[in-house]
Amino acid sequence: MAIKPLTQPSSASSAAISLSKIAVSNTHGEDSPYFAGWKAYDENPYDESSNPSGVIQMGLAENQVSFDLLEKYLEKNSSDPTSSGRVSSFRENALFQDYHGLLSFRKAMASFMEQIRGGRAKFDPERIVITAGATAANELLTFILADPGDALLVPTPYYPGFDRDLRWRTGVHIVPIHCDSSNAFEITPSALDSAYSDAESRGLRVRGVLITNPSNPLGATVKRAVLEHVLDFGALKNIHLVSDEIYSGSAFSDREFVSIAEVLEARGGRGSERCHIVYSLSKDLGLPGFRVGTIYSYNDAVVTTARRMSSFTLISSQTQQLLATMLSDEEFTAGYIETNRERLRRRYRMIVDELGRAGIECLKGNAGLFCWMNLSPFLKDETVEEELALWECILREVKLNISPGVSCHCAEPGWFRVCFANMSEQTLQVALARIHDFVERRRGNQ
Amino acid sequence: MLGSQEYILSKIASNDGHGENSAFFDGWKAYDADPYHPTKNPNGVIQMGLAENQLSFDLVEEWVRNNPMASICTPEGASQFKDIAIFQDYHGLPEFRNAVARFMEKVRGDRVRFDPDRIVMSGGATGAQETLTFCLADPGEALLVPTPYYPANDRDLTWRTGVELVPVICDSSNGFKMTRDGLEAAYKAALDSNTTVKGLLLNNPSNPLGTVLDREALSMALSFTNDKNIHLICDEIYSATVFDEPGFVSIAEILAESPDANPDLVHIVYSLSKDLGFPGFRVGILYSYNDAVVCCARKMSSFGLVSTQTQRMLASMLADEEFVGKFLAESAARLGARRAAMCQGLAQMGVGSLKGSAGLYCWMDLRRLLKAATFEAEMELWRVIVNDVRINVSPGASFHCAEPGWFRVCFANMDEETMRVALSRISKLVVQSKSGEARKQCRRRSKLEISLSFRRLEEIMMSPHSPMTSPLVRTMT
Repeated sequence: MAIKPLTQPSSASSAAISLSKIAVSNTHGEDSPYFAGWKAYDENPYDESSNPSGVIQMGLAENQVSFDLLEKYLEKNSSDPTSSGRVSSFRENALFQDYHGLLSFRKAMASFMEQIRGGRAKFDPERIVITAGATAANELLTFILADPGDALLVPTPYYPGFDRDLRWRTGVHIVPIHCDSSNAFEITPSALDSAYSDAESRGLRVRGVLITNPSNPLGATVKRAVLEHVLDFGALKNIHLVSDEIYSGSAFSDREFVSIAEVLEARGGRGSERCHIVYSLSKDLGLPGFRVGTIYSYNDAVVTTARRMSSFTLISSQTQQLLATMLSDEEFTAGYIETNRERLRRRYRMIVDELGRAGIECLKGNAGLFCWMNLSPFLKDETVEEELALWECILREVKLNISPGVSCHCAEPGWFRVCFANMSEQTLQVALARIHDFVERRRGNQ
Repeated sequence: MLGSQEYILSKIASNDGHGENSAFFDGWKAYDADPYHPTKNPNGVIQMGLAENQLSFDLVEEWVRNNPMASICTPEGASQFKDIAIFQDYHGLPEFRNAVARFMEKVRGDRVRFDPDRIVMSGGATGAQETLTFCLADPGEALLVPTPYYPANDRDLTWRTGVELVPVICDSSNGFKMTRDGLEAAYKAALDSNTTVKGLLLNNPSNPLGTVLDREALSMALSFTNDKNIHLICDEIYSATVFDEPGFVSIAEILAESPDANPDLVHIVYSLSKDLGFPGFRVGILYSYNDAVVCCARKMSSFGLVSTQTQRMLASMLADEEFVGKFLAESAARLGARRAAMCQGLAQMGVGSLKGSAGLYCWMDLRRLLKAATFEAEMELWRVIVNDVRINVSPGASFHCAEPGWFRVCFANMDEETMRVALSRISKLVVQSKSGEARKQCRRRSKLEISLSFRRLEEIMMSPHSPMTSPLVRTMT
């Protein structure tokens, strides 16, 4: 049966029952254009054979380029379920609800995170807190680091889901650190200062800075110098730093990604009690369905509290077991990381080169599952309205769902996030051809 | 620099809402430090504070062996791996929702239907309780909860939500049954202190009582909540642990028979942690008759979805109607037999327990063994039980019981032999107590304060933060 959305009370009784303020707010963010495009896709999804003129989904940051590697691993390693060793562990596994998480899983995650960083940082399994996805991790950290009414500073453009994850149930505000194309959207000291003053002038107490490194939607890593500055800023203001490193394994080259963990180690751990890393396997391994998120904190009190809070959002012990085995196979993980990086780099080059041939520029990227495309030359005026009009046009006429910069709170209109890893190469080629034709038509009309 | 670290965390992070600073922690510590083992450590502490269902795993394991396709890690199931791994739709796999709805219907003897579209996932019942509270109440508002109640309600319903719990006092004079007068009194007490009540939370079957609510009680609760226009939340997490008459009646059945009742007020919380014995899989279910709540809760479920690997396996298992039928019957029979053995054993030594037809525990009456009818005396007795008798049980105060002397004793998380050992130890305690020996053995602890503040929870029986490698280290009761 159809479930009616929140807009209409469904009660037949005379006095409608009220829900909480949180329930009736729209801070969940699902009314944004980011999600509207998904509907268009759901209603008319592209399929190479059965629906070649359907909408191609380029708004979904999923990694499907390396599944064959996982499947091959499973083929080699799936044991006979009738063997008593496997089934007798079912019981223990089904009963295991310890919020510390399986030690073997935490060790495997720590080692995987170290491998991604080329061994340039060490991770202690005792500092790993498990959560059902990075969505939960980010919300949980916010509950711990900030009170309702406080603020977190977040550089724009940022992942649209943060509006829900950081604010909805926590009552915390996001104050943007405005970045722009004049310097490739890097966080500058003055932007950081402005954001802090902005919060202060609004009477908001700033509790931390949250960066995503590599960045979504920019598809670029944060430079070491910027990390150093943000750390110093945090120390000066005595506020926290959360580094969401969910795309760390999707940097196109190991050398280009610098983790906050490395910077902290280089400083001998000075100031680390203010630092927390969020990670997940949803992007690097392409396993969003499994809900595997972690918080890594250098602060003992945060680890303890986060662990207690993780009771609301633990990872299925079955999934922990599977991943403990997979990720502790260092030969497999090393091979996976390297191959995955290479394939993503190839995809990125493919799309950026083709867009370039169509006369479209993208931000120079070096990570992630998407590119940050500049369509501002195609806007009649550099306004949000024009950006949305163009987005709508691309959705309806070109039949591509891409994400408009406004949904990422980008300060400059005209930028779009285009995902390239959630489809086959053939589909990507079809999408690129459509863009090419669209641009030609636009030029022809001018 | 612990001081400066502490103050830069939030109030929620710095308060005791997590519940682990309770004095009852000592019971867990004692067990973790010295866990019973029949041969390696026969004098160790026997864990009877853990409400887990371990009696019917053989049936599940057999099913798993015979159904390798249900797992995406086996050669038979691996072709599904990719589709399952990338599926992150918060509606959940349709086959999972269908199977859960069907399972819930079977548990209720097919007397009601459940709509799969109303099933919302959560991080265990722990997550479901919290999510529902976020949807129904604002900070500072309250939910009524009959006592004695599951200790972690304090954490789940109030810690991050800022909502308060107002107890509805029940006592042994009528078998701890909830009365209309009791509900009205609690409601009035809240009003008098300017607290807005948004709902009533029932746990049926009850933890810790092991009893079920009858049709009359459920109808009364439904009419009370309709009269006040407040929500009715029924946590039915133990629904399939009913092994005897009176049988289980779900709020779903009463609602179906009450055309004048407002369905927008009714919500059910469920999980597979107790009925099936799968606490590790974190399968929480929120079922609401209120469309707006379903929508909102579903959005919130992003914070606690069930792993699709687990959804897939359970979809397969719960859709196997033959297995489900066999499991439900056999599990109930085994629980019934185990409980009977436990209660008979207690009765033989003159220890009574509340008559009940459900649950993984019994509500043991040790009032006769108290030095005085006080909670201090209950605490003293409890320390004797943990430290001298070497059994971890849960004292009534941890459940906010209004009368001292009651203890919850779990029996489904061990084998029969261990239970017999536990009974013989309790028997010695009873004998010693009769002869006054217990007094001499009672060790003093430095703090025996028990706050009976119901509005702000001070102590709850919680799991230990322990590095011990005991396989059952963490639990919520």
